[in-house]
Amino acid sequence: MSIEISDLKVNIGDQPIIKGLNLTFPKGEVHAIMGPNGSGKSTLAKVISGHEDYEVIGGKITMDGVDLLEMEADERSREGLFMAFQYPHEIPGVTNANFIRAALQARLPKGEELDAVAYYKQLYAEMDKLEMDRKFTGRAVNEGFSGGEKKRNEILQMAMLKPSYAVLDETDSGLDIDALKVVSEGVNRMRSPERGFLVITHYQRLLDYIVPDVVHVMKGGKIIRSGDKSLALELEERGYDWVLDETAA
Amino acid sequence: MIADTETKPSSVLTTAPDFGATGLPQWYQDLQRSAWEASSALPLPKRTDEPWRFADLKRAAALEAFQTAASLDEATVKGLIVRSSKLEKTSGKFVFANESLAYADRPEADGLICLPLAEAVEKHAQLLQEHFMTQDATLGSEKFAQLHKSRAKSGLFIYVPAGVEITLPIEAYHWVSGENSSVFPHTLIVTGENSKVTVVDYYGSASESEAGLSCAVVDLVAGRGSKLRYVACQSLSTTSSNIHISSTLASADADVKSLQVQIGSAWSRTESVSHLSGKGANSDMLSVSVPSSKQQVDQRTLQHHGEAHTTSDLLYKNALYDQSRSVFAGLIKVDVGAHYTDAYQTCRNLLLSDEAEANSMPGLEINADQVKCSHGSTSGPITDEDVFYFNARGIPTETAKQLITYGFAAEVFGKLKHEAIEAMVGQLVEEKFRQLS
Repeated sequence: MSIEISDLKVNIGDQPIIKGLNLTFPKGEVHAIMGPNGSGKSTLAKVISGHEDYEVIGGKITMDGVDLLEMEADERSREGLFMAFQYPHEIPGVTNANFIRAALQARLPKGEELDAVAYYKQLYAEMDKLEMDRKFTGRAVNEGFSGGEKKRNEILQMAMLKPSYAVLDETDSGLDIDALKVVSEGVNRMRSPERGFLVITHYQRLLDYIVPDVVHVMKGGKIIRSGDKSLALELEERGYDWVLDETAA
Repeated sequence: MIADTETKPSSVLTTAPDFGATGLPQWYQDLQRSAWEASSALPLPKRTDEPWRFADLKRAAALEAFQTAASLDEATVKGLIVRSSKLEKTSGKFVFANESLAYADRPEADGLICLPLAEAVEKHAQLLQEHFMTQDATLGSEKFAQLHKSRAKSGLFIYVPAGVEITLPIEAYHWVSGENSSVFPHTLIVTGENSKVTVVDYYGSASESEAGLSCAVVDLVAGRGSKLRYVACQSLSTTSSNIHISSTLASADADVKSLQVQIGSAWSRTESVSHLSGKGANSDMLSVSVPSSKQQVDQRTLQHHGEAHTTSDLLYKNALYDQSRSVFAGLIKVDVGAHYTDAYQTCRNLLLSDEAEANSMPGLEINADQVKCSHGSTSGPITDEDVFYFNARGIPTETAKQLITYGFAAEVFGKLKHEAIEAMVGQLVEEKFRQLS
């Protein structure tokens, strides 16, 4: 049970961004992808989640054996995939509670209504864990939220949707240390043998809190090296260049 | 030419009303007669008239087809009374069917006057003479305002004395029934010092298959420190025409919030003016329209700051489907000496079809110092990025677009901060969505 990416090639316009990438992350594990700016990390997150701006010109992505590339973004989500956005979108006029409710409703069979009482009970419980004020239920999704509030809100959505696989795209960006702890704890609470994580980050700092099982280094649209969590520390200490030098050699 | 006069014998635009037949007091008949003379002397709008830029003049000219509304049979009236049930809790409710009072649940409070216009002109001549249509229509519809004045006999006169707070809304329903029927509903609300009231007008057609005309005038006269909330919900049949001319006169520290909701009619022309005439006066002008097929909304506004330390905030939103079309022309005018004015004006158009069209003409005229003013207008479709965020949470594109559009509209009516009205307007918008899908 895993997400398997094999020989993935992705263009934006005529520009190749991902150039034959291979990566497997199974349920029960946390994999981190690190890499310098422009290595294609965020593109990978968007392609996995089904963003239409990216043209997949080769390769495969499967989730528990099912071809993800054949599915629309909303189908992928309902099948159990989640992406936490680097820049969560603002939706004026749609309250947070209604947005998450619509997402849960979309997972029910036609004609079946979500139990509103149970829903709010669960929502409040998850918000409490993330130290989110109740007022965020009635506020428009991400509108006027601080950077930290937006990221908490992403984790709240993940906690409510309970995905099988979650891709976290630069979840640490824009977070102060307190928010980083809360968000990381939110992720750690959800770690389970039934769930796989792909954590994309530029900095090692996040991985102090969300300790990965495997660390991958991405550069030039490929995974150029994989290792255990010590690889992240080494990258932090020595920068990315030594990996590149070693790979070239 | 004889045939011509024969085919249009009862056009409300070209035939004088039978003033005596109304049975209304002489002073009022005289006033209506002179209004008729003024109206007939004024020409129909022309292409070269600035206030009618981008307007569909054919629609204005076609008003000639409308006739005086006939009286209705009992069954029809009963049906309309049953349909007059938007808000669950009200402090008063009035139903007018083809301009006749069909139902009245009269609100009671110390010194409150809340009467059908026809009764008010009898019983409160002095108050009426003081306030009835004292604000000239200045945004293009002078002719139609005078026409309204010459025919108005339905609608409400509400006078809230100083210090009186009416907590629940007062509702008035204005139904038009019969092909080419026309109604001229009037609303005049006068609030005394530190009083409070909320009033909702509904304009509706008895039958979706009949074309009618509603030509309404609404005057809000907000006394010192009073709080006045006003909502106009227009859901006439999609072949109907609507003219809604409203003015707000806000005295010192008065706070007025008014909301226009436009769901129906083939053509709807709204003209809304706010005069801020005392220090601390505020007027929030809100509007939300959801036109589809070939519906047109034509909106003209003026925020007139006549005194220093006054504020106004305008938010107009149009969600345009199919081949619908909107025109928004708004002006903020700050008089000489009206320093420390805060005035904002925003028009947003959500284009839900490639064929929808939005025209916006925002304007500023500032003649004072220390003024904070802004105006802005945007038009655009729902973006792929908007939809992707929903999709990424499992919400299908169609549902996403509907939620986004609802949110776009809800942002406007949420500003009234009135839960029951918010829910009621939300339902009107959702009903429209259901018709569209």
